[in-house]
Amino acid sequence: MCLAIPVEVKEVLPDDMASVTLDGVLKIISTALIDDVRPGDYVILHVGYALTKINPEEAERTLALIHEAAMGNAT
Amino acid sequence: MKYIDEYRNGRLARDIARQIASTADPGRSYHLMEFCGGHTHVISRYGLEDLLPDNVRMVHGPGCPVCVLPIGRIGAAIALAMRSDITLCTYGDLMRVRDKNGWSLLKAKAAGADVRMVYSTLDALKIAEAEPQREVVLFAIGFETTTPPTALALKTAIAKGLGNFSIFCNHVVTPAAIHSILESPDVRKLGTIKIDGFVGPAHVSAVIGTKAYEFFAEEFRKPVVVAGFEPLDVLQAVLMLVRQINDGRHVVENQYIRAVTRLGNVKAQEEIANFFELRESFEWRGLGELPLSGLRLRPRYAAYDAEKRYSMVTFKAEDNQACECGSILRGAKKPADCKLFATVCTPDTPMGSCMVSSEGACAAHWTYGRFRTKARQSNAGRAIA
Ligand code: SF4
Repeated sequence: MCLAIPVEVKEVLPDDMASVTLDGVLKIISTALIDDVRPGDYVILHVGYALTKINPEEAERTLALIHEAAMGNAT
Repeated sequence: MKYIDEYRNGRLARDIARQIASTADPGRSYHLMEFCGGHTHVISRYGLEDLLPDNVRMVHGPGCPVCVLPIGRIGAAIALAMRSDITLCTYGDLMRVRDKNGWSLLKAKAAGADVRMVYSTLDALKIAEAEPQREVVLFAIGFETTTPPTALALKTAIAKGLGNFSIFCNHVVTPAAIHSILESPDVRKLGTIKIDGFVGPAHVSAVIGTKAYEFFAEEFRKPVVVAGFEPLDVLQAVLMLVRQINDGRHVVENQYIRAVTRLGNVKAQEEIANFFELRESFEWRGLGELPLSGLRLRPRYAAYDAEKRYSMVTFKAEDNQACECGSILRGAKKPADCKLFATVCTPDTPMGSCMVSSEGACAAHWTYGRFRTKARQSNAGRAIA
């Protein structure tokens, strides 16, 4: 039940809801726990709610750090 | 899928593992507790322990919400569900957990109880709205990730005037559990359990923020690295912990910067605070009564509190005497140390809490680790793409 996955927001709907795609399937979720949701944002979906937004720059930075770590440079 | 696949690269995983091996001091050992069941699952599923050098060991913590729910609470939920006016809504993982008489919600349902599996608290609200003649009770469990959804369900129920909706609240809080592990005699008395650092939860931390762990890092002098849920996230966090331990540092670091901030999701925290308050004490399966570790509805929402509304009673019930879950949840033992493991106790016939959900240490080991112990190293990291 702790499963939480990144999904892409397709459309922002009234009443703090949004449609997202999950493995190509459209799903309606609640975005009442986060602010400023826009189409194209990735959010962490957990039991029907977006828990937080994914920060694309930080995601890039993490990958860069992972590559560095793999090569043996101190992160 | 984006934000998933790139964190599952097998070559990178092996490279990081090599860095961990060369960074770890061969003269000492590193015992790292992953608190969260999601991490336990990932570690088992991808065989991450096999990639690590022998002196870097993962210790599985108690962060599986289904596992730590005491059987007495399951019994109370079953008793409630058996009432003819009640519709009990529950997350799927709870359906198979047995009470002390061997009953589960699944069995209760087969016997005629109106038990409905929901994916989200939103589904429970829909049922309450569509069926005003039913008394709809949400069996709410989980850590800080599921608490805000419960709070919002309550908020919506109040806004819509759904008088037939209530909550059986079993939410628990993460910092209290970590605290109790660090305070437990096994950990305090040097030598029984060694914990050198923590892999902090991913999505719980997205809600509560990394600042929630600063106190432990300082007070207990243990490093904490909050990590994402993919295999490369976990490996990188392990490397960060090994470096901190080598340097004699004990601070909170954040590997999961793409989703977690220091302050967390303040909006979600506010929703929790609006509707819930700490209980003086709450029982955790395997860990016993922990002070200030569970939540209940605030008194002003008593009308929505199923425990009050239906005068629910919870009986204390012990697990099978031979079950080692208590020691496993505190990191003192491993699943294979239990005499019942894989013989009497399997996911189909769970004897203790660690076997009831796929995030429990015993269930994870049963599913992914059982046949591997012998074949260690040879197929290390095989499951990563
Ligand atoms: S194998 Fe079963 S009985 Fe043994 S510790 Fe794990 S859950 Fe308990």
